[in-house]
Amino acid sequence: MSTEGERAPDGAVVIVGAGHAGGTAAALLRQYGYAGPIVLIGEEPHAPYQRPPLSKAWLKGEADADSLALKPAEWYAEADIDFRPNARAVRIDRAGKTVELADGTVVPYGHLVLATGARAIALPIPGADLKGVMFLRTADDAEQLKAAVGPGKKLAVVGGGYIGLEVAASGRALGAEVTVFEREDRLLARVACETLSSFFQAYHEQHGVTFELGCSVVGFTGDEAGHVTGVTLADGRVVACDAAVVGVGAQPNDELARDAGLDVARGVVVDLEARSSDPAIFAIGDVAHRPMPIYGGRMFRMESVPNALEQAKQAASAIAGRPAPAGECPWQWSDQYDLKLQIAGYAFDVDEILVRGDPATAKFAVFHLAGDRIQSVEAINAPPEFMMGRQLILNRKPVDKAKLADPAVSMKEVVAQG
Amino acid sequence: MAKITYIEHDGTEHTIEVKTGLSVMEGAVKNNIPGIDADCGGACACATCHVYVDPAWTGKTGTKSAMEESMLDFAEGVEENSRLSCQIKVSDELDGLVVRMPESQH
Repeated sequence: MSTEGERAPDGAVVIVGAGHAGGTAAALLRQYGYAGPIVLIGEEPHAPYQRPPLSKAWLKGEADADSLALKPAEWYAEADIDFRPNARAVRIDRAGKTVELADGTVVPYGHLVLATGARAIALPIPGADLKGVMFLRTADDAEQLKAAVGPGKKLAVVGGGYIGLEVAASGRALGAEVTVFEREDRLLARVACETLSSFFQAYHEQHGVTFELGCSVVGFTGDEAGHVTGVTLADGRVVACDAAVVGVGAQPNDELARDAGLDVARGVVVDLEARSSDPAIFAIGDVAHRPMPIYGGRMFRMESVPNALEQAKQAASAIAGRPAPAGECPWQWSDQYDLKLQIAGYAFDVDEILVRGDPATAKFAVFHLAGDRIQSVEAINAPPEFMMGRQLILNRKPVDKAKLADPAVSMKEVVAQG
Repeated sequence: MAKITYIEHDGTEHTIEVKTGLSVMEGAVKNNIPGIDADCGGACACATCHVYVDPAWTGKTGTKSAMEESMLDFAEGVEENSRLSCQIKVSDELDGLVVRMPESQH
C-alpha cells in the first residue's frame, strides 16, 4: 500500500482522537524525529490520559489526575504539538485532504491518523438514562462513579466482564455492597475459559460480591428526582441500588471512516503499518481492525493499551520513515483485589486447555493450545507463565505438553525443551 | 525533586528533574524520553520499563518485591542491577540517580 514518495510528509500529521493511542502516536512521532506540524484533536476536555486505572487505582483514590496523564499538560506546547481539546471531527474530505470539525474549522492533513477509540454499548432498556446509571469509559465517567460509591452504598454492576469485575473489586474496597448481573451463565463468558470464570466468581464471592448469573436486566427503576433506585430483572424481581454501572462491551467509533468510504469491517481495516485503504490515512487502537501475523494474518479488533501502543508505533514509524516494529504478541492485564491477571495471545482454534498449578492457591495459569502450540495464556499471580507463555506464543514454538502441565518443571525448562 | 540521568542504549543522555513521589518510569515517560516503553503504566505487569541502576545507586533504590523479581527473572538481558523503573519511587535521596536503558524492552 505504501510507496517511498508517500512517506515524505507533505503537510501536517493530524491525529483524530486524543486517547492512549492518539497521544502516544503524537509523542512517538517526536521521539522518532518527525519535525513537521502535529495536530491532536480530542473530544474530551482532558489531555491524553491512561484509562486502565479508572476502574482500579484511580477509583480507589490511589492515583490522581497528574498520574493518569500521559504527559503533563504543558508538554504538548513544549513539543510543538497543536493539541485541541473539546473538538470533534465530523467529516473527512479525502480528495482535498482535510478534516472538518464540528465548529466548522477545516484542518488540512498530509497524514491522518484515526484514533477515535470505542464507545460503551448502551442498554436499550427503560431507565437506562436515569441519573446514577453510568458507564466507565472516561475520566469524567470515573469521577461520577467515584462520587456515587462508598461505604454501605448499593452498587449494581451490569455485565460480568473485566470492567464489571474490576469495578466490583474496587467497589468492595470502598465499602459498597456490590451485585453483578450477567446475562450468560458464567462470568467472562466471551473472553475466558470456565476454569477462570469459576475461579473469579469464587474469589469475588469470598470478598462479598453477589452474583446474578443467567439473568436478563430489562430496566432500571427511578425515583421522582430521576435517580436510579433499582434494577429490574426479566423474572420480575427488582434489586435495589444507589448506582449502576453498565459494562456490556464497546463498539468502535468508525463512522468517520465509514462515511469517508474507507474499508471498514469490525473497525477500520488496516495493514501491518496501521495504514487504511487510503494510504494517507492510518487507524490505530480500539477503532482498528488489524492483521496479526502470529495468527496467520487473521484480522481482528482489540481493546487494550498494549494494542494501542503497538499500533501507535506502527503508524508513527511509517510516517517518520522508520522500519515497522517487529511483530508482537498481544497481551493485556487486569488487577482485582490482590490478583494480577496477565493474558497473552488469543484463544483461536483451540483444541486443548491445560491448567498449570492449582486454582485453589490463587496462583496458576491456563494455557490454550492448538495442537502442540500455545495460542494464549491466562496467568493469575504467575508472572513466569505469562512471560514465558508470551515468548512461546510469539515464537510459535511447539511445547512439550506434559512438561507444561507439571508445575515442578520450571517455565525456563519448558521453553528450553520446546 | 531529584535530578535523574537516563542513558539510552546508544549512549544518549537525558538529565531531567523528576518530582518526588513519581516513579523513575513516570519521570521518563512524562518527559518523552525514549527507551522506556512502560506498556502497563506502572502496574508491574509487563517488564517494559527495565533499567540498569548505576552501581553507585543500587543501595538507595529500595528492594524488589516478589512480583518485580519474578517479572525480571524472565525479561531479556537481566543483570544484577536490573530493576523495573515503575517500582522505584523518586525521593530527594535519589538526587543524582543514573539509570541505563537496555537495547530493547521486549
